[in-house]
Amino acid sequence: MSVIMMTAKEVTQRVFDKKELFILDVRNEDAFQDWKIEGQNFEYLNIPYFDLLDGVEDILHQIPINQEVLVVCAKEGSSIMVAEMLSDAGRDVSYLQGGMKAWSEYLEPVKVGDLKDGGAIYQFVRIGKGCLSYMVVSNGEAAIIDSTRMADVYTAFADGIGAKITNVFDTHLHADHISGGRTIAARTNATYWLPPKDATEVIFEYQPLEDGNSVTIGNTTINIEALYSPGHTIGSTSFVVDEKYLLSGDILFIDSIGRPDLAGLAEDWVGDLRETLYKRYRELSEELIVLPAHFMIIEELNDDGSVAKKLGTLFAENHGLNITDEEEFRNMVTGNLPPQPNAYQEIRETNMGKITPDEEQRREMEIGPNRCAVR
Amino acid sequence: MNSDKVLDAKGLACPMPIVKTKKAINELQSGEVLEVHATDKGAKADLIAWSKSGGHELLQSTEENGVLQFWIKKG
Repeated sequence: MSVIMMTAKEVTQRVFDKKELFILDVRNEDAFQDWKIEGQNFEYLNIPYFDLLDGVEDILHQIPINQEVLVVCAKEGSSIMVAEMLSDAGRDVSYLQGGMKAWSEYLEPVKVGDLKDGGAIYQFVRIGKGCLSYMVVSNGEAAIIDSTRMADVYTAFADGIGAKITNVFDTHLHADHISGGRTIAARTNATYWLPPKDATEVIFEYQPLEDGNSVTIGNTTINIEALYSPGHTIGSTSFVVDEKYLLSGDILFIDSIGRPDLAGLAEDWVGDLRETLYKRYRELSEELIVLPAHFMIIEELNDDGSVAKKLGTLFAENHGLNITDEEEFRNMVTGNLPPQPNAYQEIRETNMGKITPDEEQRREMEIGPNRCAVR
Repeated sequence: MNSDKVLDAKGLACPMPIVKTKKAINELQSGEVLEVHATDKGAKADLIAWSKSGGHELLQSTEENGVLQFWIKKG
């Protein structure tokens, strides 16, 4: 029997298509409990590779025969070892190329829609970590919003569609992932925008992104309007693109809302969060399509893999937008907080330019799921 | 800390540090201590979990200049 290599892209396609997949995760139990490959029709078995060194006979009865089986580990080495053992035992199995490291870094570009002038907006789905970033393209120019640290993916994509990156934005100072914004801007000579209230400690040059700013991409056809919307951080800013898309950053998600504590000020910012969600957003058109900077659970994905929903639908369905009592809202967002993301302080300092960890350290800092929401 | 045997697993990627550790500890008597040197960052969590599941005791672990060191008492 043969061992087949499966790429992160191929696994992503199975997630989007809601296919069945049996995942044998051979990392240790803590790592598996903390973070794993999520799919609506995926089944899991977690047995650490070090418990299989003497052979896989004892677990063969737990591995299905009529189903696709994928062996997964942290970096790939152990999954190849286990996959080969299963293969020697007569099973057809695959292993994930690059392991969870590759899964964490993989970005799948999904076209969200066309713009009025013929341009388009793309969502880059970081399927393993739940981060969403965007590229707005018009007349040969591109803007990037909330990019991940995998800068090459965006520059290669822009090259592929013949667009020049002219503006790079971060809706806020991220605490869950390292921004690639500064790297992309430096590489392409683009302008790098940050909300100044989030940037008081940054040690590099940036263009302050203020409420009411309009930035034109391409032939004056797309306006990116900054809408000051504090709550997740004090500087958090949303964008309305082409009068149709609301890029909500980490303020509003599809099935949850932003958490206000990652800069250490939950009590102070909960009021801002409420004001943004219950007043400022209420004044916007319900027809706007919300494009958040994260998804939390795999059920938030649409059939094409995109994460997007009408603002009006979220007003009706998102629990975090339907808590009339202010005190109850306060308790929900400050008393119900999930664990903080891995290394979030170091990630913030990296995004401020205060520390410059090497590639391997950056990778380690980002391991695990994002945890930017409260539900 | 004293040890009865030293295993150099530096430069080896997962799963080799654990594979070699298991082999080395098989050659020790119960109560003896194996010292392991590794550079694979993932080795730490895995050695802790492996020691526990194998009934061994991780006495101490340190990290210096990128080298992880472990002292494991065979159970």
